[in-house]
Amino acid sequence: MAELQQEAQENVKPEKIDPKFKYEVMKHPGAEKIQMCFQCGTCTADCAIARFSDFYKPRKIARIVQLGLKNRLLGNPMLWLCTTCFTCVDHCPQGVEVSSIVRALRNMSVGNMNEMPFIYKVFASNVLKTGYVYLMPESRLKRRGAEGLPPLPKSNVEHVTKLFEATGFLETLENASTFKNVNLKTGDQDG
Amino acid sequence: MADLEYLFFLGCLIPYRLASYEVSARKVLNKLGVKLVEMPDFNCCGFPIGPVNFDLALSLAARDLCLAEQKNLNILTLCNGCFGTLNDANKILKEDEELRDRINSYLQQVGMEFKGTVTVKHIVHVLTEDVGSEKLKEQVKKPLTGLRVAQHTGCHLVRPASHVGHGDNPEDPHVLKELIRLTGAECVEYTDETECCGNPIIGVNEDLPFEIAKEKLDHVKAAGAQALITVCPACHMMYDFNQPRIERAFNTSFRIPVLHYTQLLGLAMGFSPEDLRLNELRVKPTELLSQIQ
Ligand code: SF4
Ligand code: SF4
Repeated sequence: MAELQQEAQENVKPEKIDPKFKYEVMKHPGAEKIQMCFQCGTCTADCAIARFSDFYKPRKIARIVQLGLKNRLLGNPMLWLCTTCFTCVDHCPQGVEVSSIVRALRNMSVGNMNEMPFIYKVFASNVLKTGYVYLMPESRLKRRGAEGLPPLPKSNVEHVTKLFEATGFLETLENASTFKNVNLKTGDQDG
Repeated sequence: MADLEYLFFLGCLIPYRLASYEVSARKVLNKLGVKLVEMPDFNCCGFPIGPVNFDLALSLAARDLCLAEQKNLNILTLCNGCFGTLNDANKILKEDEELRDRINSYLQQVGMEFKGTVTVKHIVHVLTEDVGSEKLKEQVKKPLTGLRVAQHTGCHLVRPASHVGHGDNPEDPHVLKELIRLTGAECVEYTDETECCGNPIIGVNEDLPFEIAKEKLDHVKAAGAQALITVCPACHMMYDFNQPRIERAFNTSFRIPVLHYTQLLGLAMGFSPEDLRLNELRVKPTELLSQIQ
């Protein structure tokens, strides 16, 4: 409770608040019910990541969205710690999908700040180039025949590129800066 | 038998790192009369794209679903991540008209349209719902009596419950346990069975997934399991490939072999360890194999 009061006091400074922020978040699939969160804390209690991290607390994320403290969330590296285990989605008594809200916040961070973890840029670039998340070594592809496995299906790179373009992500990907790690002690970027 | 035919969605991680899962799955499915149709072409299900751009992830998933719709076949996956992503996209695009129209406007660029006419199944669903326990029992020629194993169902096969369907209980998953018992092995219970493997965030922080995985391996060991059984390549990588690294990080020793369920079932069906690529596991199941032979 003390924690909540402290949050409320800290957060009254009007310049920090973007009253429209929650409506922007709510436009994302799965994030529609953010206003229904009544701060019971079930999501944080049942989140494996919250157990091991001082920075990642799903209840707090929901509250900060409701309060409109946009700058505390967008670009915050700790957003990338959610494993998408969906325990919070199943357990929330209010039907709030916190992990979908985190996904919305990640998408918004990437879109607004042009920044993403290095690994996601690598994965997305590989998908764009080859259709697969990993660059398959030639030796592996050859070995499939010897192992009695059919050839790996080819990908339609032309189609994949068109989808990257149509969603506007091609440009985002090309321009995005990256960071390597999320530091568990400070909640900041490493590298 | 015609109804046991699926479009086989292999995903990316299995062909990249875990041929043992593909080989063993193809062998047991073939013996059970399940026909796998290869993808006419392939793109990633969208799992690692969702966090950076959900519209693109849905478009990639929808394109795969369209390929299945064109062939009029349901999809079979071996990976919880592919299953969860494709199944989730299938559900939300069927239900959310506005979103479907938007994704279809992207798909139009590649001459496709999502209609929502197929179902996405994980191999666990195909074995329980379509092949059925009677047929599985018939094929168990060498019951693994006396073997004690634990299971890790993983997250995306059962959660979120409202999206997944298929009737397992996400709070106390039992479907994989029943499949294990069909092989004649005992399925032991352990603490926190539903805990995530942690793999999805390993690219941004390694320490935290290692802590979570260590906890799981501690619990599995305390339960006296001789092996851990998985049905997802990502979970498998976490507990098998990373096990020696976790042991080093925490200065401890587990030596718990981690088998794909298809390997366990394959052994019970009479396939040899070589057929099932048990030699490709990082933690060698030597003791387990000497016990059952
Ligand atoms: S469980 Fe739901 S209602 Fe409770 S704090 Fe989390 S999001 Fe809010
Ligand atoms: S989905 Fe993310 S926020 Fe929710 S319980 Fe799992 S790790 Fe925590």
